[in-house]
Amino acid sequence: MSAAQLIIACLLVPAVGAAGIALAGRWPNLRETVTLSTAALLFASVLGLLPKVLAGGVPQLFVLEMLPGIALGFRVEALGMLFALVASGLWIVNSVYSIGYMRGNDEPQQTRFYVCFALALAATMGIAFSANLLTLFLFYEILTLVTWPLVTHHGDEEARKGGRLYLGFLLGTSIVLLLPAIIATWALAGTLEFTPGGILRDKASGPVIGGLLALYMFGIGKAALMPFHRWLPAAMVAPTPVSALLHAVAVVKAGVFTVVKVIVYVFGVDTLAGIRAADWLPAVAGFTIVAASIVALRSDNLKRRLAYSTVSQLSYVVLAAALLTPLSVIGATLHIATHAVGKITLFFAAGAIYTAAHKTEVSQLDGIGRRMPWTMGAFAVGALSMIGLPPAAGFISKWYLLAAAVELGHWTALGVVAASTLLNAAYFAPIVYRAFLRPPPAGAAAHGEAPLPMVLALTATAALTLVLFFQPDVALALARAVAGG
Amino acid sequence: MIAEHLPALVVVVPLAAAPLIVLLRSAALGWALAFAASLFAFGASLALAAEVARAGVISYHLGSWPPPWGIEYRIDALSAFLLVLVSAIGAVVAPYAWRSIAAELPREQHYLYHAVFCLCLAGLLGMTATGDAFNVFVFMEIASLAMYVLIALGRDRRALLASFQYLILGTIGATFYVVGVGLLYLVTGTLNIADMAERLAHDGGTRPVLAALAFITVGLSLKLALFPLHLWLPNAYAYAPSAVTAFLAATATKVSVYVLLRFYFTVFGAGLVLETLPVPEILIGLSIAAIVSASLVALWQADLKRMFAYSSVAQIGYITLGIGLATRDGLTAAVVHLFNHGITKGALFLLIGGIALRAGGAGFERLRGLGRAMPLTSLGITLAGLSLIGVPGTAGFISKWTLVLGAIEAGYWWLAALVVLTSLIAVAYVWRFVEAAYLQAPDARTPPAGEAPFSMLAPSWLLVGACFWFGFDTSFTVESARRAAALMLGGAP
Repeated sequence: MSAAQLIIACLLVPAVGAAGIALAGRWPNLRETVTLSTAALLFASVLGLLPKVLAGGVPQLFVLEMLPGIALGFRVEALGMLFALVASGLWIVNSVYSIGYMRGNDEPQQTRFYVCFALALAATMGIAFSANLLTLFLFYEILTLVTWPLVTHHGDEEARKGGRLYLGFLLGTSIVLLLPAIIATWALAGTLEFTPGGILRDKASGPVIGGLLALYMFGIGKAALMPFHRWLPAAMVAPTPVSALLHAVAVVKAGVFTVVKVIVYVFGVDTLAGIRAADWLPAVAGFTIVAASIVALRSDNLKRRLAYSTVSQLSYVVLAAALLTPLSVIGATLHIATHAVGKITLFFAAGAIYTAAHKTEVSQLDGIGRRMPWTMGAFAVGALSMIGLPPAAGFISKWYLLAAAVELGHWTALGVVAASTLLNAAYFAPIVYRAFLRPPPAGAAAHGEAPLPMVLALTATAALTLVLFFQPDVALALARAVAGG
Repeated sequence: MIAEHLPALVVVVPLAAAPLIVLLRSAALGWALAFAASLFAFGASLALAAEVARAGVISYHLGSWPPPWGIEYRIDALSAFLLVLVSAIGAVVAPYAWRSIAAELPREQHYLYHAVFCLCLAGLLGMTATGDAFNVFVFMEIASLAMYVLIALGRDRRALLASFQYLILGTIGATFYVVGVGLLYLVTGTLNIADMAERLAHDGGTRPVLAALAFITVGLSLKLALFPLHLWLPNAYAYAPSAVTAFLAATATKVSVYVLLRFYFTVFGAGLVLETLPVPEILIGLSIAAIVSASLVALWQADLKRMFAYSSVAQIGYITLGIGLATRDGLTAAVVHLFNHGITKGALFLLIGGIALRAGGAGFERLRGLGRAMPLTSLGITLAGLSLIGVPGTAGFISKWTLVLGAIEAGYWWLAALVVLTSLIAVAYVWRFVEAAYLQAPDARTPPAGEAPFSMLAPSWLLVGACFWFGFDTSFTVESARRAAALMLGGAP
């Protein structure tokens, strides 16, 4: 297939799959078969584009002109390639997991769940491959809207509140901050195409560029930069597969992906470094990293702790991108992938614990590792990756971030990373300790592992976390291409 | 042969259909005639728009009397665009009315409804097509009288009061307008708009001309429901029959905006309106007041129809805001939003008509769990609501984009901020519906499961589809609006 056909396939396969899932709604086994085959087909389509991108090609697809001079179009470059690979690859694993989780917990409205999931993946592909800011914004908003039914899945008062926060923060920031930023960029630069080196060089004065950067950074609410992070813990009312793939991978990574994309291809790293318009950004990101870690430390609810850990880890990407050196951009790009595999493992484990043992709080987990050794083993691997220790993938991206900070002599960034590493250890190590070394409470209900599909899925992602440490070549090649050689 | 007379036929055919329907006294035949007339008007408008895009302004001399003595029909980029909007909505509402009216009106009134609908359509099309200032008044009265009747047909007795309120305020508006035209006649000695513009170019800015400008502004502001002259609108929209609300919301205020644009930029000229008097400042101020206050009031309504009626007042504020910017981009935004808001609100009110049919009203207490009971209607309202908010991929987004761009390019950063901030209020009130329909459990007041009839659902969804079509393909809307804006500013002396 030609590159353009592959791009169309990446967008249409999940969309058509969603329709198929809806039609097959009455026959659960058929419906799940449709989901799995859609996910496999999507991953194959994305993989088909990989050799072209690795060879230095930039597959493109122009659809139509939405506004005079602004197209709806797609262009696959290294960053989008990596994001699409991560999201579509993990969707397969997540679908296997979902089947176990949704059936194991006897969840209502399963057809709607799978339909929205497939649509969310279609939107994610649109974001990953968008050729310009308008196309990206279109799919960014679609992603918010199609994930709303997943957040409010249970339809109770808590879900309603969570849904309001989710929509309020994500739509609010994107409409009030991001959209004006995009329109102002169009007014200043006369183009919205993502261009290596940026499109704003010499188009505006330093303060205007700085203001625009602030609009973008806070406007991209999905990146959960403080103070616009509250939607992410609120979204945890959703079933765990949603938290795992969407609120640890697709939606939040769409946020930091957009951040990197805007810094590298709209402003241009050199433009920002030259006028020092981004000097404030490491401080905000650093604050988010540390503050979110402290909140995580104090949360007893496991999913809430993981959510704040995500808020913190997302700002690693923002921090790395804001350092504006090739090494740090490599770190930012890699972290999109390495955090994804680690965090999805952690959420999978949390969901498995809930399904098998109906436990949601950290303080209830004494001795659970003996009953669920696979789950808690995978959890330990994920935690290792969050802390950033070898042999887990998180080490690699953190390494590049640290290297960039040392190269620049940026002591704030170094201090933040060091503090965060300690904090990560402080809130993940006790969970592993409790699970394996404390005795289970007396009179606890006997239970084993969660259903097999869930165990398979979390083992797979844990393995992936380790594989990515030993074999980071593809990710590294793509990250180097983003950094410009 | 026929093609050459289209500028007149587009008005005359619906106008002639009205007495014919009355003579036939049959609901079915009346409906068929009204539908046929509105389809013809739509086809004729499309043909005229194509001709204008190809060959420029069309000037048609009624009865072959040359202007300025005879009445001239003049179709340019702006009026052709409006003709397409009005006739398209007419052609969508006419088939919808068959079942909707049958449910809401006693049988003996059906043929009268169809006749009056044709009169209203003819009046609105006439206001748009004519190139004669007094003829505008004549058609305005035809359209308005028809509207008073249509609103009064509502089955709720409060519809009578709403219609009466509108009658009083509408008549005051029309009187102001005709006084303004009279003053202009005094100065120029002509009623032909093009001729008037030519003469005013030489002696504009005199006191009677300024007085005329003031009278016409106030008169039309009443008609187009510019804050604070919007008081007739919420009741009129809320109590009129469903089909009437959809038709009026999508067309009536829009045509009044058109007449205002015509007078501002063709007759008086941008120079006089924008520089001699503080018209832009006043328009911007009132628009902001309209947007903020009406959006907030909409948020607290207990009835879906009333909520979207107040939303209309706010949306008209966005249109007049674009006019107040007084730049090419601002005018483009205003004209684009005329169209995009027309189809969005048309879709919403048509779908609400379906709810009214099944549930006997559209109060929020009847909407609990509606997503299960009427899935297609609920989804349609949600999707059209997204267009109202201005989510990308919808027509409303195109409007917002052009308006914010216009504000930024004119240097009004704070106005751009205001536009995006107030669209958050739209998020809030649209989401009230979404939460009620999808996240609340149905109770005894929720209608039993079942959709509105196909003849109502299909036209509604046609407009919902249009909300998305014009969110991606803007070659017709934005291009036409840009041409119209260029014409308005370029045509100024």
